[in-house]
Amino acid sequence: MKKSEYDLVIIGGGPAGLAAALEAKKNGVSKILICERAPHLGGILNQCIHNGFGLQYFKEELTGPEYASRFIEELENSDIDVKLGTMVMEIRDDKKVIAVNREEGMFQIGTKALILAMGCRERTRGAITIPGSRPSGIMTAGTAQSYVNLEGYLPGKEVAILGSGDIGLIMARRLTLEGVNVKGVVEVMPYSTGLIRNKVQCLDDFGIPLLLSHAIIEVHGKERLEGVTIAKVDEKLKPIEGTEQYVSCDTLLLSVGLIPENELSNNLGCEIDKVTRGPVVNEKRITNIPWVFACGNVLHVHDLVDNVTQEAEIAGKAAADFINHKMNKEEKDVIVTHDKNIGYVVPQHIDALNHQEQTIKFFLRVKNPDEEVRLIVKDNFNKTLLNLKKTIVEPGTMVTFNLSREFVTKDTSSIDISITKEQAQ
Amino acid sequence: MEVKKFICIGCPKGCSLKIEHTEKTIHEISDYSCKIGLKYAKTEFTEPKRTITTTVKLKSGELPFVPVKTKEPVNKEKIFEVMNVISALEIESPISVGDVVVSNIAGTGVDLVCTRNIKKVS
Repeated sequence: MKKSEYDLVIIGGGPAGLAAALEAKKNGVSKILICERAPHLGGILNQCIHNGFGLQYFKEELTGPEYASRFIEELENSDIDVKLGTMVMEIRDDKKVIAVNREEGMFQIGTKALILAMGCRERTRGAITIPGSRPSGIMTAGTAQSYVNLEGYLPGKEVAILGSGDIGLIMARRLTLEGVNVKGVVEVMPYSTGLIRNKVQCLDDFGIPLLLSHAIIEVHGKERLEGVTIAKVDEKLKPIEGTEQYVSCDTLLLSVGLIPENELSNNLGCEIDKVTRGPVVNEKRITNIPWVFACGNVLHVHDLVDNVTQEAEIAGKAAADFINHKMNKEEKDVIVTHDKNIGYVVPQHIDALNHQEQTIKFFLRVKNPDEEVRLIVKDNFNKTLLNLKKTIVEPGTMVTFNLSREFVTKDTSSIDISITKEQAQ
Repeated sequence: MEVKKFICIGCPKGCSLKIEHTEKTIHEISDYSCKIGLKYAKTEFTEPKRTITTTVKLKSGELPFVPVKTKEPVNKEKIFEVMNVISALEIESPISVGDVVVSNIAGTGVDLVCTRNIKKVS
């Protein structure tokens, strides 16, 4: 087996991997390798041809491929190595990566540190249980996006979409532009799970109905999908009898959530958060394995690529510090807890003795939509460290905030984050 | 006086905007939180515009299609007219981000530009 040595191996050449590699390079790592499974760099951005990317990071509105090209061009002008069409099979705990590609067969890469940037995949029909037959014409919204935007063919003529996630909404517009009859978007929750701007510009603009509190209760058709039966659901999300409606369609797109792709991390022994389904990390994005870092959608599913880039830069910088022995030798672990209104918080713990950055960036998701709330951060002495007003919080929109490093001292053992109604103050 | 409400599509925040008007005359725009919102409210009230993103067929490229966008938003009513022009196109590779595919597409005054670098297959 062919062997090579690197300082840093990054698995995944999407937005997270690209930004992490460039940041590590800027911070003095000499030998960096990106392993990418697809034949091109850029990851999912290549098929996200719509605009809306980069408003935070570049202060201008870009399409997915444009956003990716900024990083790809910078990377091509650097000495960072890239292996395309390369699938990582295993990350061994002796810091060896086993990968395979067409040119080299199976080979081994030794490394000092590793960044997980594999992204996520879509939940499929199997993950959500839709009763009925199994005809062709049922696929994830992202699969349809790849067919239309990369390969140039349409998945069908009459389309129903299940789930109001952003990819589903984007595909409703995309298919309408290409002359497909999009019948509507069916969402089981009483609110849209995608960004509100996508409901406006992808559905309302084209008069596509959004049926909230509705579910698909049956799939019809033997060889090819012929239609679906939809029904209203009650508060317990159970279909209400007598509200059934038949909708004819030859294609059903599923936009029902994303799952971080952590098979490699799992096999390596990374501790996985049950809610995010990504590794448990500290603010430097270090997993429970000291030489393994994680960023982007493999860590937790983001709604904005701009946030992925920022997070990847944190991981890239931290990996560089680790490789160059710039990290503090001693650590003091501070546990991050949260109340029941919050689904998850990343990072899950922080190092009180890390003095590399002035602020700690947090990402969190609420469980239920709410208005006029306060986000409160307290430490183990019940001292309020931060008290922020939030006009609207929604599960579909990630909340980010910065905590000044001075609030976390060597005496801090935990910090708690809560979202409470304004009047409760 | 009448009131019209919009949701801004200028960024992921999705602010709701309020316009007080008498027929076509705007009296006051409120609830916006940045200049993008203010500009959006004005255009959305007078002449709604959208950026169109789609793909164009590519000859002898590394990929069979290249993603494109209208460089500026175009009149909303022109969307399908623009799409009709685009669907008949086939262009030569190589192609780079920003290359103009069609200038003044469908008389909108806006150029259609490429959004990805794609090499020619040798």
